[in-house]
Amino acid sequence: MKRKVTTLIGDILGLIGAFVIFIIPFLFMVVNSLKERTEANLLNISLPSEFQWSNFVDAFSAQNYQILTAFKNSILLTLFSVLGLIVVGSMAGYVIQRRRDKLMGTLNALIAIGLMIPAAVMPTIWLLQFLHLYKTMFGMVLVEIGLQIPFTTMLYRGFMASVPRELEEAALIDGSSVPRLFVSIVFPLLRPVTATIIILNACTIFNDFTNPLYFFPGSENVTVQLTLYNFMGQYSSSYNLLFADVIIITIPMLIVFIIFNKQLVEGMTAGAVKG
Amino acid sequence: MKEKRVYNIWFVVPALIIFGIFFLLPILISFVFSLMNWTFTGMSWAGLRNFKTFFSDYSMTIGIKNTLIYAAATCIFKVVLGFLLAVFLTSGIRTKNFLRSVAFFPNIVSTIAVGITFTALMHPSKGLINKALAVIGITGPDWLGNTHLALGSVIFTDIWKGVGVATIIYIAGITSIDRSYYEAASIDGATSFQELMKITLPLCRPSMNSVIILALTSGMRCFDLIWTMTGGGPGFVTDVLASIVYKKYAAGYYGLSTAGNVIMFILIAVIAIPLQNWLQSREEV
Repeated sequence: MKRKVTTLIGDILGLIGAFVIFIIPFLFMVVNSLKERTEANLLNISLPSEFQWSNFVDAFSAQNYQILTAFKNSILLTLFSVLGLIVVGSMAGYVIQRRRDKLMGTLNALIAIGLMIPAAVMPTIWLLQFLHLYKTMFGMVLVEIGLQIPFTTMLYRGFMASVPRELEEAALIDGSSVPRLFVSIVFPLLRPVTATIIILNACTIFNDFTNPLYFFPGSENVTVQLTLYNFMGQYSSSYNLLFADVIIITIPMLIVFIIFNKQLVEGMTAGAVKG
Repeated sequence: MKEKRVYNIWFVVPALIIFGIFFLLPILISFVFSLMNWTFTGMSWAGLRNFKTFFSDYSMTIGIKNTLIYAAATCIFKVVLGFLLAVFLTSGIRTKNFLRSVAFFPNIVSTIAVGITFTALMHPSKGLINKALAVIGITGPDWLGNTHLALGSVIFTDIWKGVGVATIIYIAGITSIDRSYYEAASIDGATSFQELMKITLPLCRPSMNSVIILALTSGMRCFDLIWTMTGGGPGFVTDVLASIVYKKYAAGYYGLSTAGNVIMFILIAVIAIPLQNWLQSREEV
């Protein structure tokens, strides 16, 4: 009985704390995205006196529908990068976990360094120019993959430890080839951690501001985070449009989050804890 | 089983090529470029001149100090608050799944959006934070305009946004602890505080180490939140290494920008690598 009371108090305190600390800022974004301009500029959290849905239309049509180009770029960048990461990361994580030799030790050290250190700005631009990949989607995808490979490989490597080797042995005895073994037996077993990798990498890349700012400049290359940043400069006196833009560009990741939320902890358990 | 044949090295090659060319190679090149005098017009050998310029200018050395303060503060708070939140969210409460999602939610919102929102919440006269303080009779300061408070205000926002990831990593660690330890402890009459200190804390050390390294290194390279909230200002009091790298890049001082980048790499390497080795050696005991 006493325990029930304590957990009930815990529930109540948790909900109040979550409301004040986490939910109020989001309510603030939502209500202000629906207000008329002068009302939104008061920056308070009251309900709009009149719901102005046209803010979303205005945010879309601003700067000659630039946000549509930005959505196209960000979605393609995220899609190609995440797909690439799943392919190369799962293959690398598989072999790095299974083999225990000197070379794998070196690769583990590279993963550790890659997790810590950010991209080198000017040399990367120089290299992309040299390869004629600067300001191209392909170049930007490769840079994002390069930056996220350590994290992705680490999670796959961690999860592989829980996949028994007997399955692979059985398949080999049945005469399966090595690539086939990986594609049809091992990879399907990695599904939980693949879900974690999709949500975390999609959020990182879709929400990335810094790397597209450096490596993907140009008005036709704009990404959603860059439009939001430009918006901030130009519409600093129209908070209603600014927050409408925030809401619009958060929706895609909200959808990804809702789909993969349940598997988040499961995949993390494997990757970050068992290493 | 023929290990080398089955676990073929070719599986690693695609990842290694992309990582090598687009991440490692530029980092190696940066050490050379930082020794160049490099502007829009051309490139010439400069030796250590870029580093001398960097270290003789207070508007740039302050970046090193701020980077260290920023990284240490965000790391400590994420490590401690993340742990406490995770313990709370793995206890018997009924709303834990909902609360977990809520705590993780700031992560799906972009840093730019979070920066815009908190800049509005921290507005000196109209912002909600100061209005709430006014209710209890306190005149709130100008959170982002005061030179002594600005960095702290950005640090607060960073913790708000990042504590959810720390919590998820801890939850993963805590839920994988064998329940029989707790059963044995409660039979022996241990209090829940003793269980927390003697079972949960030591056994989730691997996740704590992940949180420490992740929070510290992401704090040391932080750029977008500072850039959105203060732009390095007022003046340059909240400039960090990453924002100096950008400012020098935008101004066309490519050599100096790369020198700043190299200083950042070295700083991260000399702090984070020994720390990780030390944490791992403690983990194995």
